[in-house]
Amino acid sequence: MSSVTLFGLCGAALVGLGLYGLIVLPGALRRIIAFNLLGSGVFLLFGVIARRGGGVIAGTGSDPVPQALIITGLVVAFAATALAVALLRRLLQETGRDDWDEDERSDR
Amino acid sequence: MLSNLVAGGDRLLVLALILPVASLMLAFVLGGRHAERIALATLPIGLAVAVAIAAAVLHGDAPLHTDLGGWAPPLGVALRADGLSAIMLLTTAVVMVAVGLFARADFQVPPGTTESRAPFAFWTLLLALWAALNAVFLGEDLFNLYVALELLTFAAIPLVCLDGRAQTLAAALRYLVFALLGSVLYLLGAALLYGAYGTLDIGQLAARIGGDPLEPAALIAAALMTAGLLAKTALFPVHLWLPPAHAGAPAAASALLSALAVKASFFLILRIWFDVMPELLAQMAAQVLAALGAAAILFGGVLALRQARLKMLIAYSTIAQIGYLFLIFPLVASPETAPLAELRNAPGAWTGGALQLVSHACAKAAMFMAAGLIAASLGHDRIRDLGGIGRALPMTLFAFGIAGMSLMGLPPSGGFMAKWLLLLAAMQCGQWWWMLVILAGGLLTGAYLYRVLATALSTQGPSPVLVKPVDRSREWVVLGLALISVLLGLVPLSSFSLIQIGRDVSGIGVGLP
Repeated sequence: MSSVTLFGLCGAALVGLGLYGLIVLPGALRRIIAFNLLGSGVFLLFGVIARRGGGVIAGTGSDPVPQALIITGLVVAFAATALAVALLRRLLQETGRDDWDEDERSDR
Repeated sequence: MLSNLVAGGDRLLVLALILPVASLMLAFVLGGRHAERIALATLPIGLAVAVAIAAAVLHGDAPLHTDLGGWAPPLGVALRADGLSAIMLLTTAVVMVAVGLFARADFQVPPGTTESRAPFAFWTLLLALWAALNAVFLGEDLFNLYVALELLTFAAIPLVCLDGRAQTLAAALRYLVFALLGSVLYLLGAALLYGAYGTLDIGQLAARIGGDPLEPAALIAAALMTAGLLAKTALFPVHLWLPPAHAGAPAAASALLSALAVKASFFLILRIWFDVMPELLAQMAAQVLAALGAAAILFGGVLALRQARLKMLIAYSTIAQIGYLFLIFPLVASPETAPLAELRNAPGAWTGGALQLVSHACAKAAMFMAAGLIAASLGHDRIRDLGGIGRALPMTLFAFGIAGMSLMGLPPSGGFMAKWLLLLAAMQCGQWWWMLVILAGGLLTGAYLYRVLATALSTQGPSPVLVKPVDRSREWVVLGLALISVLLGLVPLSSFSLIQIGRDVSGIGVGLP
């Protein structure tokens, strides 16, 4: 098994785990972590595409563009996580709950 | 002078991005009362830039295009404004100006203090939202569009929980998780496309995808990106986050979110299926997207009927109206679509969809702001207890009513024109089932608006006690926006030719085997 295939499968597994966690698991913090797993899977996939080459600059063996995309993506994912955790902390301070599900009924 | 405008058109595109970002940074640094002044000063300039871009596209009869920094794709990032982009930029600017004028009274720094949290956050986020929307409407690079979508999310989420109540915090958190799931799926799709075709530029991708036999990666990528964007657009059945988020936000913020923020991700779905993917694939996807849209129209309408609070009703109405947008997919992609001579032989469904985008943006922003005025003056927005508000706030209610007229699709209004063009297209393609949905949706809209208006206009009982008087100038802003959504229906059809510039929709479905 080549390294590209191995990392590709790892990326796919991370995406699968993350998706499962984001959709199924209760608790906002778990979902935020699941989102990060999912994001890591996608970034790994970008890495695999960079390693495999064949993108913009053919013949150099590896492609720098996806690496640049990963860096930007990491910054965005970090900002998203920070925003989510800040919101969750504030929600915990206000209500003592760590998820948004319970208030659906009280909203009516 | 107009030809100068066309020549400098590419610089206008850059200006449309830089202006709100520069104002945002200035407002952030100076803070306090300056944030509001800077935002208000940016509004007319931004509107002028949007008008100039639309004029340049219309006059040049070609899309504007620029490669940032002179770097050509696939290494560089391109910006492009075709007719639809120009119209979206213009709509955004008009709604921004109206919301900005409306929000002045709500988001003033209280006298005696130098800075307070809510006004500072609102004015900077308004500019951030504007920058993100312009980036989405002008973007030509799929990864750049991902960043724009995330900027939009980061600007929209704090707007939801501006007042800091626990309920709105929970709504914002739920919105954020849906939005993040959506953007990461979109990014995964972009990664697959890059892996398969080695470019993220929409024009280059379209050429490469169209040239080869379709790779399975492209199909999976399109499905992932669409699923992600649907979650952000709040199409049924991933709409759950929208009503609490849009109804809980302050009125001015709700107007921005409902009128503009959900349209950005819809705009990208349009671009993926009509600009990136080959036509045959678009036809297959079209039926699925429209079926979800039809479900949204019916489901959103029925749920809106059952709401007890006015802002919740308007939020569910947004879900239904988003459904209409998705009906354009099968009607534009259908091989039997007959071109309309008034529209440069382009299918009417395309113009109908664009009109629905614009008229819903104006009407919905007006309705949310009218509901905000009613809620502020009564101290609540329970529909049951709105009795007689028509006598106390006649102008607000009039604006609410005519905006509702456009949503219902009563002539003469922009909404009527949009729905009539969609109906006509459905008839021409022989897809009569969409006609039933459009008509049923109109009836449902009429029913839930009747519930509000019948109570509000009742002449029985005493006049309601107003907790707070309503500022006349804010009523004028709401009325102005509602009037725009109606007056769109009075403009002759041929003047909508701007919508067709830069996209060969007349060819869609014609050259198929």
